[in-house]
Amino acid sequence: MKKFIKQKQPSKRDSLYSASQWKLIWWKFCKHKTARISGFIVLLFLLFALFAGFLAPGDPNKTNQNLTYAPIQSVRLFKDGSLFLHVRDYNVSIEPKAMRRVYSESATDVVALGFFVKGPNYRLFGLFESNTHLFGPKNPEQQVFLLGTDRLGRDVLTRTLYGSQISLSIGLVGVLLSLCIGVVLGGISGYYGNYVDTIIQRTIEFLRSIPTIPLWMALAAALPLNWPPLRVYFFITIILSLISWTGMARVVRGRFMQLREEDFVMAASLDGASKKHIMFKHMLPAFYSHIIATITLDIPNMILAETALSFLGLGLRAPIVSWGVLLQEAQSLRVVASAPWLLIPGIAVIIAVLSLNFLGDGLRDAADPYN
Amino acid sequence: MYQYVLKRLAWAAVTIVLISIVAFIIIQLPPGDFMTSYVARLRETGETFDEQTIEVLRDRYGLDQPLIIQYWKWISKIPKGDFGRSFATMEPVSDLIWGRMQLTLMLSITTLIFTWIIALPIGIFSAVRQYSLLDYLGTFIGFIGLAIPNFMLAIIMMYFAFTRWGIAITGLFSLEFVNAPWSFAKVLDLAKHVWVPIIVVGTSGTAALIRIMRANLLDELRKPYVTTSHAKGLGEWQAIIKYPVRVALNPFVSTIGWTLPHLISGEVIAAVVLNLPTTGPLLLQSLQNQDMYLAGSFVLLLSILTVLGTLVSDIMLALLDPRIRLQ
Repeated sequence: MKKFIKQKQPSKRDSLYSASQWKLIWWKFCKHKTARISGFIVLLFLLFALFAGFLAPGDPNKTNQNLTYAPIQSVRLFKDGSLFLHVRDYNVSIEPKAMRRVYSESATDVVALGFFVKGPNYRLFGLFESNTHLFGPKNPEQQVFLLGTDRLGRDVLTRTLYGSQISLSIGLVGVLLSLCIGVVLGGISGYYGNYVDTIIQRTIEFLRSIPTIPLWMALAAALPLNWPPLRVYFFITIILSLISWTGMARVVRGRFMQLREEDFVMAASLDGASKKHIMFKHMLPAFYSHIIATITLDIPNMILAETALSFLGLGLRAPIVSWGVLLQEAQSLRVVASAPWLLIPGIAVIIAVLSLNFLGDGLRDAADPYN
Repeated sequence: MYQYVLKRLAWAAVTIVLISIVAFIIIQLPPGDFMTSYVARLRETGETFDEQTIEVLRDRYGLDQPLIIQYWKWISKIPKGDFGRSFATMEPVSDLIWGRMQLTLMLSITTLIFTWIIALPIGIFSAVRQYSLLDYLGTFIGFIGLAIPNFMLAIIMMYFAFTRWGIAITGLFSLEFVNAPWSFAKVLDLAKHVWVPIIVVGTSGTAALIRIMRANLLDELRKPYVTTSHAKGLGEWQAIIKYPVRVALNPFVSTIGWTLPHLISGEVIAAVVLNLPTTGPLLLQSLQNQDMYLAGSFVLLLSILTVLGTLVSDIMLALLDPRIRLQ
């Protein structure tokens, strides 16, 4: 047995030496515990966004005039000693002085919950029509509000799930856009150097010296009010990428500067390869991992920026549902004090941003596995 | 040294000119010129207006002339303190913004000092005692500070202050001081209110600075000269404060350049939520009304403020580190 282990050990070392770069990165990343957990959470959020229609119990735009600012309903497992998944229905009364609804739990009326129940129609991935929901009231006539309702009696849980689609996608699309600009300009800047480099670097410095929020606010406010929501969505994304490409360009430029002196670049250019070919075929793949790490660290900033703009009412507009649009409901202290569950989309923002940051940190550490 | 300062000054001047062009573009962004929409609005509300005044104003801003002339007419008046008129109230923009700019500047600088006072010791400690409880705590708080949007933090603080103690922590002054002239009592009142916006605006910056300080100092602590100074008999903290911290401070100073835009950005949003009498709410309001001379002037002044801040930080860095002067 001992002999067997002794023989095995060198082969393990061999596998370390012969492993590909991506394999090394993966090993190093796995050592980073918080990054691994965060990666899992990010994956979960992406699944939430993809299957929002299936996971959400209701319809995001269904309003209930008689159930405004309804509180959180807690799920109960047992009734009369036997297993019975349900929530207690609301008892609604109107307080005459403040003219607002007061809710209490009904002792007798319950909403029975079940899995894979029929509910409102939705389109999965925008393609397949369906009405099966992961969970919800067994009777399609009833409704359940696990995270309460908003000003118009809409379900906060459903809207938060739908909001993740827009909030996460604006981060991804925006980062991809800034990646394209950043890689091209950063690459040109780093590879050619000299005055091209100076011009691009000065532009970056200039853009970074403008305080972002006032600039974004001014640009976003100029979008005409009668535009369709989808066009507003794309322009907001473009406005956000207008500044954020600078960070990407800096990373790319730094790496190009470093790699320019390497032998393989010299060999390629002696072989007669064109500059474009060398840049995009030989140099860029050498730091894909760094780019992925930078992207991951940029997405949360994008999400925060969108949330802030929409919160101020200058970003996305209804009927588009994003976390920032949802938080607009929680603008005044009076509302938050009486309906604190309206801050739940904000908790979603914090968790998403935090886990993307941890994931990005782990990736950045793993990006250089040869250290 | 002089050459370096001159170079930085020249670059700052160029940046300010570029920023003024951006601000002018922002003013021009909404469709139609602002006098036309102003007249349309007056007609809508049925207010009377004087054709002649309108003509004079059109001529004054060169609205019928090419863009370059309009830009020149706008920019050449700014050094004299004439930023144009807010067309919502027809008051001169300069009357509306100076008081608010002062408060924004005051708040940003106080917050900057606050972030330094908090971030420096925590950063140093978590580097020296890496992986200690305090290090983890600092890192954790730092990440939370980075992840919570400013306005969320403001709402949460307002919510707790309201539900726990029943007080509203909005504004910068108590009611009786809002319109009072500056006095010692007013400053005292300001000091009572100012800590909420400082925490709201400063938290994310503090988080970032703790991480930078920690990373910088960790790099330095591994270098042989630290071991040498220990071997020569310097006490632990003496050996740390005297050399590595000083070296690690360099990149720290250079971060003022981006901390300041960051602080001013955060201040704008926090001010809207906390209803502070600073630039934020008025900027938002002017954008909602498409009151573009007011909005453009805000963007211009806030950006100039950050450019000047960066200039100061660059010069400080040059004083601190001779290698930068000679580059």
